[in-house]
Amino acid sequence: MNSTAEFEISRRGVLAGGVASAAATTLPTVAADARTVPGARKPATMPVSFEVNGKRVDLSLDTRTTLLDALREHLHLTGTKKGCDHGQCGACTVIVNGTRINSCLSLAAQHQGDTIITIEGLGAPDKLHPMQAAFVKHDGYQCGYCTPGQICSAVAVLDEIKAGVPSHVQADIRTRPQATNIEMRERMSGNICRCGAYSNIAEAMAEVAGAKA
Amino acid sequence: MKSFTYSRAKSPTEAAAEVARMPGAKFLAGGTNLLDLMKLEIETPTHLVDVQDLKLDRIEPTSDGGLRIGALVTNTHLASDERVRRDYGVLTRAIVAGASGQLRNKASTAGNLLQRTRCPYFYDPNMPCNKRNPGSGCSAIGGVSRTLGIIGTSDACIATYPGDMAVAMRVLDATVETVNSQGTTRAIPIADFHRLWGDHPEKDTNLQPGELITAVTLPRPLGGTHLYHKVRDRASYAYALVSVAAVIQRDGTGRFAVGGIAPKPWRVAAAEQALPQGTKAAAAVLLAGARPTEDNRFKMTLVERTLASVMADAKDTRNAA
Repeated sequence: MNSTAEFEISRRGVLAGGVASAAATTLPTVAADARTVPGARKPATMPVSFEVNGKRVDLSLDTRTTLLDALREHLHLTGTKKGCDHGQCGACTVIVNGTRINSCLSLAAQHQGDTIITIEGLGAPDKLHPMQAAFVKHDGYQCGYCTPGQICSAVAVLDEIKAGVPSHVQADIRTRPQATNIEMRERMSGNICRCGAYSNIAEAMAEVAGAKA
Repeated sequence: MKSFTYSRAKSPTEAAAEVARMPGAKFLAGGTNLLDLMKLEIETPTHLVDVQDLKLDRIEPTSDGGLRIGALVTNTHLASDERVRRDYGVLTRAIVAGASGQLRNKASTAGNLLQRTRCPYFYDPNMPCNKRNPGSGCSAIGGVSRTLGIIGTSDACIATYPGDMAVAMRVLDATVETVNSQGTTRAIPIADFHRLWGDHPEKDTNLQPGELITAVTLPRPLGGTHLYHKVRDRASYAYALVSVAAVIQRDGTGRFAVGGIAPKPWRVAAAEQALPQGTKAAAAVLLAGARPTEDNRFKMTLVERTLASVMADAKDTRNAA
């Protein structure tokens, strides 16, 4: 765990350094530090505690910190990805109190006392969650960037179907939804995959649901 | 994002008082639209009053046979409620036609009503926009306006109300219940909740500063066939170019409202009365006085055709029953 965390930090350091030097050549005079701007608001911090993957965590965070940034930057759970940061791509999907949400569109402060499950909490390389194993088996990804969000979403989608949450593609919303291919495609529309692994993702989900794709 | 302070309110009146007292304060419910806008610094609140602990998350029957939906009931919870699916199907249909599963799990009933337009110029801080920056001008007029409004717009703004849920609530004649900082409650018919832009497109609704939505009530069920047809650029997770919410009775009469074309869900009583003369006649009455742009003139035809598909569906449902 420690060596992984160090690798992640050093890799990000290299990337951040690259961005900073590029900025320095084009915008040498911009004052980047908001605290030096007259009339700028002072950052506010607050304590936040929640449970992540079965472990209680206590953090002191700038109020602006999203749940996504708390997970990635403060807890180094970098499995959850930042794609668009505006709720359009679904790469940041995590499961909070049993339901999937976009962690980029939620403040960490809103999650005081909540129970959060990320991709790291679903399974590990030596003990895959059935959905992770099915994604591997059915090639449910290429580059893998959207995959943690896809898998968290997929796990929650099957729970939503079981719980009878209706969907746009149901012919009759008074009946219980079934785990059909079209249902899974509709319910996964908040997770974008640039590589276009959609049909394989639907097949992986179908296998876990015990249904035919 | 501009920095802000954050607190959690214990009661609706306390929340309203806190927002009324602090200049620049805003309520925070699900946050799915507000946070998005804060990242772009289109919204820059100085203080957020999180209302999640107010216990406004229940759906209860009313004494006159309707339903009272708490302001914090999530879109998923509302769409899934057995009573809503049975008696107010158009509402479930509209909700599941909007956003994504993740967003519906977080978005609240009140927040959905208050979501702001998705006009691309409103979202682009580099462009003039009277809604974002009053008096700066409207980039959409004379700009790219394919997705924007055709009726109820003004010379200051041609944005649309983007939501689906409110279009169904308009057909159902829902009422928005609020409380202010003094604890005074108010019931606003959904028809009067959203504003036409006029000279003040920065104001989306008729809520007063610090007025908090506590619930949305639905009158007793209407019966009939409940339909929501949404036409969009992709099959899922996209805003409506045109949507039609309708409740149609056995004799072919009924109610309908249209989304994606105006600053608010667009419903005209005379258009409903014209339904027996056919959808062309009804659409013509609905769109009387429309001012489409070259880019979005197609919506005039699309409204009529979407209404026709709704009426055909209603007829099929009646014949099958």
